[in-house]
Amino acid sequence: MPAEQLDGEVARHLLATMLIIRAFEEAVRDHFAAKHIPGFIHLSIGQEAVAAGLASALERDDYLYVTHRGHGHVIAKGADLKRVAAEIFGKAAGYCRGRGGSMHIAAFEVGVLGANGVVGAGLPHAAGAAWALQLQGRQQVAVAVFGDGAVNTGIFHETANIAALWRLPLLLLCENNGYAEFTPLSVHAAVESVTERAAAYRLPAWRVDGQDPLAVRAAVCEALKRVRAGEGPALVECLTWRLRGHYEGDPQRYRSPSELQEAAAHDPLRLFAERLRREALLSESEEAALAAQAREAVAEAIAYAQEAAFPDPASALEDVLYQPSEAG
Amino acid sequence: MAEKRYVRAVNEALCEEMERDPAVCLLGVDVGAPGGPFGATRGLQERFGPQRVRDTPISEAAVVGLAIGAATLGLRPVVEVMFMDFLALVMDQLVNQAAKMRYMTGGQARLPLVVRTQTGYRDSAGPQHAQSLEAWLTHVPGLKVVMPSGPYEAKGLLKAAIRDDNPVIVVENRTLYGLAEEVPDEEYVLPLERAAVKREGQDVTIASIGIMVREALAAAEALATRGISCEVIDLRSANPLDLQTVRTSLEKTSRLVIAHSATRCGGVGAELAAALGEEAFYLLDAPITRVGAAFAPIPFSPPLERAIVPDRTAIIAAVERVLTP
Repeated sequence: MPAEQLDGEVARHLLATMLIIRAFEEAVRDHFAAKHIPGFIHLSIGQEAVAAGLASALERDDYLYVTHRGHGHVIAKGADLKRVAAEIFGKAAGYCRGRGGSMHIAAFEVGVLGANGVVGAGLPHAAGAAWALQLQGRQQVAVAVFGDGAVNTGIFHETANIAALWRLPLLLLCENNGYAEFTPLSVHAAVESVTERAAAYRLPAWRVDGQDPLAVRAAVCEALKRVRAGEGPALVECLTWRLRGHYEGDPQRYRSPSELQEAAAHDPLRLFAERLRREALLSESEEAALAAQAREAVAEAIAYAQEAAFPDPASALEDVLYQPSEAG
Repeated sequence: MAEKRYVRAVNEALCEEMERDPAVCLLGVDVGAPGGPFGATRGLQERFGPQRVRDTPISEAAVVGLAIGAATLGLRPVVEVMFMDFLALVMDQLVNQAAKMRYMTGGQARLPLVVRTQTGYRDSAGPQHAQSLEAWLTHVPGLKVVMPSGPYEAKGLLKAAIRDDNPVIVVENRTLYGLAEEVPDEEYVLPLERAAVKREGQDVTIASIGIMVREALAAAEALATRGISCEVIDLRSANPLDLQTVRTSLEKTSRLVIAHSATRCGGVGAELAAALGEEAFYLLDAPITRVGAAFAPIPFSPPLERAIVPDRTAIIAAVERVLTP
């Protein structure tokens, strides 16, 4: 859908998704700060438009591999908020029964096949899923989400080469937030445009404003048209802003106050809501209602996660290996 | 029953499993049209097509990663990593990814994935093409590791690995690829976690794996002429270790020599010795003795390589040691 043809329903759906992700991430931020959540946390605050725009262009049975900063994509793909929250709280009711946590939320029931704690490592998994789809003659696509940091890993280039060579039904979706952990693009990449680097493999590529969910959606739709037609993989580079640190608690000494201000000015929720109001697609009361719905859904999910039981320590050795006696 | 070469047994296992299950597919450098660097996949691309027998770029990490994604969606990929030394290139995909995928997803993922690789023995392959690195893998929960010691084992263990719903690494031995032995004509599958007694004996148990099973058998033969009776066990699996078979043998012999071609330091033999020390100390009449490579890279020049990588004479010496009162 071209960005200029604003469809109110689609736009409000995108905003609603972004609001839920934001409310969820803020709740996780607060509960992590209050030490209710163990481990470490990477929030996607500022990058919600990418998750919302991408997921809105996918079918429910398309497959998705995401990153350590993956809560937003998992939620946007339709995962149950309660089970996502329960996983982050380390509870048995979590999608991964508390074995994965924030960095590893997989929700197979909605096609999220993995979230990876090793930068770049999930890329070939998505390509492998795409290869299986190709071999099995299925119509779905596989999507790998990754950041600008991953483009410097060898496995990105190995995967891009194979995907292009085998014309796999794969979408490579780069969230270029300008930082590989604490290191800015200018210090980590000889060529700052991921789209340009994709050209080496002749991947059709789109470079879009990742703060605009409609732009992301439009680019992904266009890219997927080719991918679904069997024309091989494509890449969409979304230029986005990380409004928080690499991890919660990151003092971000590597970012100047003016840069942080500039980042805040790129808040995708505010920008998109303003635009919808400007175009008379959203009233203030509608926006307030969507925000309230998001907060309510998130509060319910967090309460569920807090009250849920921890896994039984006696189950710690389950699922190390698949045992043939197991059902399913 | 017909005699078949080891590499032929591997080829038959792949071919039979591909016939049996359309989800089985092969990936690797040179596995397609060239038929594999050692001929293990010869004829399979002609038979099953270039989609199921796929030549890949020299991108080992991505190829194993690809197999992980494909296995998640129900394929049963068999990846060939040309030399065991090159496992170093795929360790993230094996250790952080494949081994943990089922656990990390709380049981959502099932990963029927095989990595075939091979090592060699005293063939001057040099420091980067001759290592036995199985201990790296056995340290990681979520991976199974087998090391077939002959054509019979190569076929039966590979077929079992392909049917298993977990990541299995099959470490073949190129030095044995040309060796012909009897392989049943009828279909068979060997259990992945069971050791086999290859020769019965009374005085000393030699637990060995991979090519060292053959050296152990040769040592036992030589010792028999001197009236020393050795029981030779082929562990077959480096992980899990079949402690029970070794223990049962020790109830008879009370003496244990462990032999592998990997370096002794931190090797599978160290784990076996420690486990038996904990669980079966009272069965032992002598210290457990390990035979393995010296703690050095594998040199190219034959006399140097022979100085580093042990053979039957080292096993014989170890047996003599455990028999010395």
